[in-house]
Amino acid sequence: MKYRAEVTIGLKKGMLNPEASTIQRALALLEYPVEDTKTLEIIKFSLEANNPEEAREEVDQMCQRLLCNPIIHDYQINIKPGDG
Amino acid sequence: MKVGIIRFPGSNCDRDVFHALELVGCEGEYIWWSQRDLSKFDALVIPGGFSYGDYLRAGAIAAITPVIDGIKEAVKEDKPVLGICNGAQILAEVGLVPGVFTLNEKAQFICQWEEMEVKTTRTPFTSLYKKGETIKMPIAHAEGRYYNPQIEDLKDQDQVVLSFVGKNPNGSIEAITGVCDLEGRVCAVMPHPERASESILGSDDGLKFFKGLVNY
Repeated sequence: MKYRAEVTIGLKKGMLNPEASTIQRALALLEYPVEDTKTLEIIKFSLEANNPEEAREEVDQMCQRLLCNPIIHDYQINIKPGDG
Repeated sequence: MKVGIIRFPGSNCDRDVFHALELVGCEGEYIWWSQRDLSKFDALVIPGGFSYGDYLRAGAIAAITPVIDGIKEAVKEDKPVLGICNGAQILAEVGLVPGVFTLNEKAQFICQWEEMEVKTTRTPFTSLYKKGETIKMPIAHAEGRYYNPQIEDLKDQDQVVLSFVGKNPNGSIEAITGVCDLEGRVCAVMPHPERASESILGSDDGLKFFKGLVNY
């Protein structure tokens, strides 16, 4: 069966996020005084698996082996049936 | 001494490293990322560049290529391995050195000469320096901020190789810009010793990295 996977990758709590602080400073220039700005990376793809648990397990391995660096990243996996 | 210079799509300091090795009488040979057997080499250098366009994270994609198996094999055989800039990022991604080199504090690409202190002389590449000596080499990176949550272990185990002197241009933890593995044979440095290998380039302070390798 086909599943649609979405991996959301963020920096661990307390990690410096220079991209987010640059965006926050730019928003302040436009007089939007926002706080706690974060940036996340989303990677989406379809994969074949027998059930959603199996799909999740495989995507989890992908995160650990390539998509994330466990020293600095946290990640969330979302699995849905379908290939759209 | 035969030294393998690892090339990925996007490597761009490979010929500079070849030249620096030539200056100290080493025979360099280019190796493509798909080569797994590196047994004929006495040492390996992963040069700088932007392997795979720095997609995902600098070094992340290079870290899963077949040549990495050959590098791990060489490390097991106690052969010296030097990663420069992108090469350092790759060694950290593979886990051959501890920690990570991530986006600079100010999210900018920095390209300038810097002064750094040699913190340990137990690696082949720093064996000809004096401990505590200040040397001048260029840096050129956007993802060079060293981070390691186990910083105390790193210091206790004498794994800090280089740290910036007087300033901290990329926001690295304790201004660290070069680390090594536990044995001290795998060395990952953000500055470019090959770009400081002849006085005509502005400094030849980096040449001892390669001389030290020959001496090893």
